[in-house]
Amino acid sequence: MDDSGKSVAFRGGGFAPKSRRWVGVVVFVTLVLFIELGTRAGWISSLSLPRPSDVFETFRQLYDSGLLFKHLGPSLSRLTVGAIIGASVGISVGILIGLFSYVRSGLVPLVAAIFPIPKIALLPLFVIWFGIGEGSKYALIAFGTFTPTVVATYGAVDNVDRTLIRMGQSFGLSWWSIVRKIVLPGAMPGILSGLRISLAIAIILLVAAEMLGAEYGIGAYILEAGSLYDLERLFAGVVILSLLGVLVSGIIGMAERRLLGWRT
Amino acid sequence: MDIRLDGIGHSYDDFEVMRDISLDISSGQIVCIVGPSGCGKSTLLRFIGGLERPRQGRVLQLGEPPKSCLNPLTYIFQDFALLPWRSVSGNISLVLEDHGIKGPVAKEIIADVLARTKLTDFAKALPKQLSGGMKQRVAIARALAVNPAVMLMDEPLSALDSQTRELLMDDLIELWTRRPFTAVYVTHNLAEAVRLGHRVVVLSRRPGQIREVVNIDKPLAAREFGDADLEKTQKYLWQLMRDEARAADAELLHG
Repeated sequence: MDDSGKSVAFRGGGFAPKSRRWVGVVVFVTLVLFIELGTRAGWISSLSLPRPSDVFETFRQLYDSGLLFKHLGPSLSRLTVGAIIGASVGISVGILIGLFSYVRSGLVPLVAAIFPIPKIALLPLFVIWFGIGEGSKYALIAFGTFTPTVVATYGAVDNVDRTLIRMGQSFGLSWWSIVRKIVLPGAMPGILSGLRISLAIAIILLVAAEMLGAEYGIGAYILEAGSLYDLERLFAGVVILSLLGVLVSGIIGMAERRLLGWRT
Repeated sequence: MDIRLDGIGHSYDDFEVMRDISLDISSGQIVCIVGPSGCGKSTLLRFIGGLERPRQGRVLQLGEPPKSCLNPLTYIFQDFALLPWRSVSGNISLVLEDHGIKGPVAKEIIADVLARTKLTDFAKALPKQLSGGMKQRVAIARALAVNPAVMLMDEPLSALDSQTRELLMDDLIELWTRRPFTAVYVTHNLAEAVRLGHRVVVLSRRPGQIREVVNIDKPLAAREFGDADLEKTQKYLWQLMRDEARAADAELLHG
């Protein structure tokens, strides 16, 4: 055979990012080391950024004094209660919007009107409605998680394969069975990716909720540090929030692997 | 139980898609409906099963379905319509659960239909693990589980490659030979129609009307791939449809 031909140049591949396990950690560690070096050498002034080792030291003190859990406990309970109320009401309303014409026509504009309101602005109102105690904090977080969950849920219900619903009807399944066994699992991927966003918003609102009438809580801790310009403590608090975010995202990732194993 | 179509006509807004279709479907027979694209054959099938309502005419059930029949009019869809989050046996138990059949009774039915469709080894598999042909066999097993009086098959083999299609046709013939069932089989594939149909109903292009009903007397079990007499019938059907199909193809799509 003649070997004089030129081999065809490869031009496929790419456009398919895969997860490389440790790259994220490496980027993070490099960034922290960079800041540490900069603050020690002096080309980052200690006024603009605290030294990471100092932040870590503050964090260790917080842990040793037992204050960490004193702050974390109320915050976690506020986050959990608020997010559970907001997400469950949001999912239910979203499903109703996805299923009924009148509910859809009535509530979609309302949700669109509520969505852009910065929920923090409503904190005083919630304090009047639900009191300065835990009630207003639950309400603020619940309200903040509610809107994105609704929007994600009804979008997900709209995307459920209609042929599967026709199939259910053709086999004489009851309305409730179709909702429970076809619509809800079919909408689950969209609901879970919506929860990723709404739970992150819940963490953001946690800080806002603790602006008023909270003695303990991560938010209260950060706000106090902020008003004193105590950057080490401020950053220690921020790191806790970040870790909380990573944790929540990990929990949803686990739920996705468990519930959505059927996806290709 | 027989099915009678009595003067079915349908239109979307001012757009007539079907006109005066009357047809008797007697039990134990497979009636194939063929026609050019857009002639409303799938819509007709949805009328028969009560998934859509015709503007004119009625679909009648003559006689009562047998007592053991859970869902008298049962569909098999072109795209299988399996729940991707349920295993093969879970997909079958889905249609039994609503009839209150659970536990050992359900297990027995599922084992029986899986054996009849040669799927016993795949009971725990998820749909994503199965090939197209296997998925359609699961859908057939699911339909068998509710013991239908009439099977309504909407292009059941159209999403499959031609080899799988041949295999599945053999399976359907075997199923029918062992226990004759009534079926309305919509297809655009004339080879399927002459292999599986006791009667072939040819529809005209839009508005769909019955052009001709061709009876094929040769027993299903005796029909084979490439039989000369079937080829002849197929050629005849194609002659009936050819001009209609060309005209239908040249039409602008509505909406």
